[in-house]
Amino acid sequence: MQLSLFWLVAMIACAIFVDVLRPFPITQMNLGTRLAPPGTPGHWLGTDELGRDVLSRLIQSVRSSLVIAFGATLLSAFFGTLLGFMAAKFRGVVEHVVVMLADFQAALPFLIMSLAVLAFFGSSMPLLVCLMGFYGWERYARITRGLAISANAQGYAAAVVQLGATPSRVYLRHILPNVASTLIVSMTLTFPEIILMESSLSFLGLGVQPPDTSLGNMVGFGREYLTTAPWIMLSPATVIVLTTLAISLAGDWLRDRLDPTLDSIS
Amino acid sequence: MSPLLEARELVRIYETRRGLLGRSAEVRAVDGVSLRLRRGETLGVVGESGSGKSTLGRMLLGIDAAQHGTVCIDGATMPNPGTGDWRALRARIQMIYQDPLAALDRRLSVAQQLREPLDIHRIGDVESRTQRIRDMMQSVGLRLDQTDKFPHELSGGQRQRVVIARALMTEPELLVCDEPVSALDVSIQAQVVNLLADLQRDRRLGMVFISHDLKVVRNLCDRVAVMYLGRIVEEGPADTIFVDPQHPYTQALVSSVPQPGRALDSRIILQGEPPNPGNRPPGCAFHPRCH
Repeated sequence: MQLSLFWLVAMIACAIFVDVLRPFPITQMNLGTRLAPPGTPGHWLGTDELGRDVLSRLIQSVRSSLVIAFGATLLSAFFGTLLGFMAAKFRGVVEHVVVMLADFQAALPFLIMSLAVLAFFGSSMPLLVCLMGFYGWERYARITRGLAISANAQGYAAAVVQLGATPSRVYLRHILPNVASTLIVSMTLTFPEIILMESSLSFLGLGVQPPDTSLGNMVGFGREYLTTAPWIMLSPATVIVLTTLAISLAGDWLRDRLDPTLDSIS
Repeated sequence: MSPLLEARELVRIYETRRGLLGRSAEVRAVDGVSLRLRRGETLGVVGESGSGKSTLGRMLLGIDAAQHGTVCIDGATMPNPGTGDWRALRARIQMIYQDPLAALDRRLSVAQQLREPLDIHRIGDVESRTQRIRDMMQSVGLRLDQTDKFPHELSGGQRQRVVIARALMTEPELLVCDEPVSALDVSIQAQVVNLLADLQRDRRLGMVFISHDLKVVRNLCDRVAVMYLGRIVEEGPADTIFVDPQHPYTQALVSSVPQPGRALDSRIILQGEPPNPGNRPPGCAFHPRCH
């Protein structure tokens, strides 16, 4: 648990202090030391096929991937929750539309749609974040709609309404904190998926564009050297695995801490 | 003076559908119920499951709008649910729930639960609110060291005390209790019923007490209305109803209450199930089961 928090803090620190931490500019090439293995003095994680320092590129990649993944997760959680609450509040036509959109989203091959959008509009960071933000919102919408409806039907929310609370108070002060633990778990599931999705897009050449770099982009370009210089690909892959794992663990921990009914267990 | 609560010809119909292509049928959950409640009076509503008691309770509070008929509080018509007037009226009419654990927000401590109605209706400042919470906890029999407890840390009886305290924070005039003790242990039931009786007397509350427990209703209520399939079949002072029931359904209900010194074989055991409310027998709905 502490390890995963430590890792996340380290990753976020990496993302913020990129410019200080990075030993070399990410585009600085040095053909004399290309494909240097890890442990080479000055290039602790080795260099890639153009002699660029893998460590520097890795640190830069963490920033772009985290920005995309955090931005997109928050965006999809926000819209999903909003739509779910709207469906629960207004029922009727609004609910039908939201549920239909959610079904549509779930049935959509998201990767192919992203490819189309990115191919059409060209890739840029804000567009990538927004596009990834569309990923997974239907899960939040379904969860919040279901939980809010059941709370409204007979539970605490109905009781608070009967106390005279305004809808905004009911939803923000009572229902949202009660569904937050479920939402957080859902976020920790979407977060790794978005990192992987961004990796796939970058791998296909439609995500983050060179010379800028992201974790997926590094994996994609390192693939060709998998047999001769595996470190180019393995180091970003390791970071992806560790970060997603850490997020999942931290999410579990956070959910337990946020729930007063679980106090007695821990 | 107008009665505290007056309901005229309340009707609530639910549509049900059988099967995929079945024709939709009307279920008249509440079918033309009228009743009046004076200040400080307790009205018991009894009847078996599915007789429309709870739906009636929700309509009296205006949570479910009546499809026909009117509910008047203190002579004023019930506003539509969700309007500002409707919310403001909540300070005067409150509800006690069957399942206290479901009715409480499990993330809020006892003190926070009790503060909600004061915050919502903007009553008092921070200090007077805290004082009021302490007073109320004492009057419903909660210990002051339980202020920071969460609902799951309390026993069933204590939770119901919190629900009662929360309902009384705004000093309402009307309290609708929907089976307030049926989810509690028998040993706790008496305590909660006595608490409700004391509070009702001290605060001159008008109370509608919905229950299928006739013993409790007899102890607590001034008047009793007996419901069967969405209609009131008999209504009158509690003593009259329990001593000299007129309607055969009431007679069967009353005979099922065990009494000391009387053999149980005088019970009237009703034959068959209550009829499907979507297909109500003509005339008195009770006649197929009448002896």
